[in-house]
Amino acid sequence: MGVPILKEGHHLIATIQTALTDTDLQGLRDSLVTQVGRYRARGVIIDVTALDVMDSFAVRTLRDIAQMARLRGAETVIVGVQPEVALSMVELGLTLEGVNAALDLEEGLAFLDERTKGASRGEVPRAR
Amino acid sequence: MRAYRSPVPAAPARPRLAPARTGRRSAEPDAPPPARTSAAVLLREIVAHLRQCRVQLRDEWVRRIIEARTLTAMSQEEIFAEATSIYDNYLDALETGTLEAVQAYAGQLSERIVPRGVETREVVGIVLLLRDVLARSLFANYRADFPLLNRVLDAYEPAANRIATTVAAGFVHERERVIREQQEAIRELSTPVLPVRERLLILPIIGLIDAQRARQLTEQLLRAIRANRAKVVVIDITGVPAMDADVANHLVRTVDAARLQGAMVIVTGLSPEIAQTLVTTGVDLGKMNTVGDLQGGMEEAERLLGYRVIQVPEAKR
Repeated sequence: MGVPILKEGHHLIATIQTALTDTDLQGLRDSLVTQVGRYRARGVIIDVTALDVMDSFAVRTLRDIAQMARLRGAETVIVGVQPEVALSMVELGLTLEGVNAALDLEEGLAFLDERTKGASRGEVPRAR
Repeated sequence: MRAYRSPVPAAPARPRLAPARTGRRSAEPDAPPPARTSAAVLLREIVAHLRQCRVQLRDEWVRRIIEARTLTAMSQEEIFAEATSIYDNYLDALETGTLEAVQAYAGQLSERIVPRGVETREVVGIVLLLRDVLARSLFANYRADFPLLNRVLDAYEPAANRIATTVAAGFVHERERVIREQQEAIRELSTPVLPVRERLLILPIIGLIDAQRARQLTEQLLRAIRANRAKVVVIDITGVPAMDADVANHLVRTVDAARLQGAMVIVTGLSPEIAQTLVTTGVDLGKMNTVGDLQGGMEEAERLLGYRVIQVPEAKR
């Protein structure tokens, strides 16, 4: 099952709805990184609110996405990590080193707006 | 509530037992006398003897309890009342050979005396004293017939030991239950997560942290971050006297977990001892944002959240 990717202003939003297989995760990574270039996105938000388990492959893929997106000029934020998921992640030593995290989608958007403020590429300002 | 003050609280229970005893005694002559039965018969005989000397032996026992300066938490009247009911229960258990009644009674007794600060040593002491008092009385009674005395003691000792073990185990069990409950209560009390400003939480930790409490703290904090949409959390550990490497690592993991929820953690109030422990045990504190005291932590948190606290001139008096 694929993950829908929405474009919202300068940002891309990917909302993971169900548990993903490794192939799905790789698919998500590839399409996100491609679309960052296509839409000249400045920010990527990955919403994991619906996930109640996060394994090491998922965490590594999220980190890869963040690093690859950064190389292509976009900042990545992971939003909606559940308390239980956060706890089990740190206990397994999967701490998403160097990836930004925010509480929910709203916070993630606010964070990216803050980050990309003043670094406009001269595009039309996003309607709010 | 039981009547502590009455010197003979167990008296009403006595007549109830009497018919049962006579009933059993009437069955005795029919029973063939193999070794096991004879031990049971003997035990019943012993109990009959001990019931006869009840008042005298009980008083002797109470005298020795007071003499040994045990049960100092209780008044003499209370000791007397408890001793009376323990004595009767003890004999019932000897007679029937079942430990359920003693177990139940030991549970009730412990429930009453544990909160009064009676020690395990004292409870075991008084039960062993009773055992001793009764054994002496048996000695005196059967002194004339040595083989019979031997058989009497063979019947009495194992039963008495079982009772002593049961009472001691019941007492320790009750104490452990109380301790567990108190630990539970302390845990509940000592981990508040307080919102002090919009998006700012304070988590003051008082007392020692063990692995279980550390885990509970983390869970509470993560839930509170979500519920309050917190961006900054100040964990104040001024009230923590010591911290080992495990707990320190847990703290680091808590900081990581909070970060995964988009909240930043500031740790304040590390004592010199804790600082030294953390440095010498090599806990990776690179990712931890630490500030000297709670005040400094609050100021830093306000700065991060974009607050500015201004003193109003007319209030400055």
